[in-house]
Amino acid sequence: MKLHLFSGLLAAALTLSTLPSQAIEVGQVAPAFELPARQGLLKSSDLKGRVVYLDFWASWCGPCKQSFPWMNEMNARYASKGLRIVGVNLDEKSQDANLFLGDNPASFDIAFDAKAVTPRQYGVKGMPTSLLIGPDGKVLMVHTGFKPTQRSELEQQIRQALNVKD
Amino acid sequence: MRKPNTLLLMSSVFTVSLLLGGCSSLAPVNPWEKGDLAKPEMTFEGDPLEGRFVQHIYTSKESSSGGYGVGGGGCGCN
Repeated sequence: MKLHLFSGLLAAALTLSTLPSQAIEVGQVAPAFELPARQGLLKSSDLKGRVVYLDFWASWCGPCKQSFPWMNEMNARYASKGLRIVGVNLDEKSQDANLFLGDNPASFDIAFDAKAVTPRQYGVKGMPTSLLIGPDGKVLMVHTGFKPTQRSELEQQIRQALNVKD
Repeated sequence: MRKPNTLLLMSSVFTVSLLLGGCSSLAPVNPWEKGDLAKPEMTFEGDPLEGRFVQHIYTSKESSSGGYGVGGGGCGCN
């Protein structure tokens, strides 16, 4: 009897110690953050009331590189309609990020999270991961990876979030 | 037959479980930590062009393609 109780407790303790982090899902409130950006600090509270396209990227990631021209295009097209694009860099060395940004200029906001706090909060499962966050701070879309063929589909999601009619 | 020593049995079970539990802290590499794995030298194939030729011949012979994973080492995105 004692042995049963003992082994049961041990099993429970071992199970609890291996729980993985949870990914953010559509409808949940996006976790708040405060990150160093190219100009000063970028706070999630500053983004309230705007549709935010939050993109987690790194310099070594091929699809991230492909997504940059597209994000520039989206920024040019929809910034005036209320879209704010934030690219969160996850490189451990800021030098890598700066080299990448030299080759791939970004017209949108870039924040740096070398300690990888935000990807843990958001449960990033792949690179790049992008989220669309509504003006109320709730997540509208979670997308992993970037393929050039998905461009129009992603743009459609942005248009829908911004309520842009053709 | 000798009667099994319960105390010894319990303590050995406990020790083995604790040791195994240590393995649970070996967390998998996070997606944003795969920078080194994404480097070209981390691929199994030596020459990327030769690798594509071999893959092309193989898929032609098998008359099917896909299912051989992704390029670019362990990053899973390149």
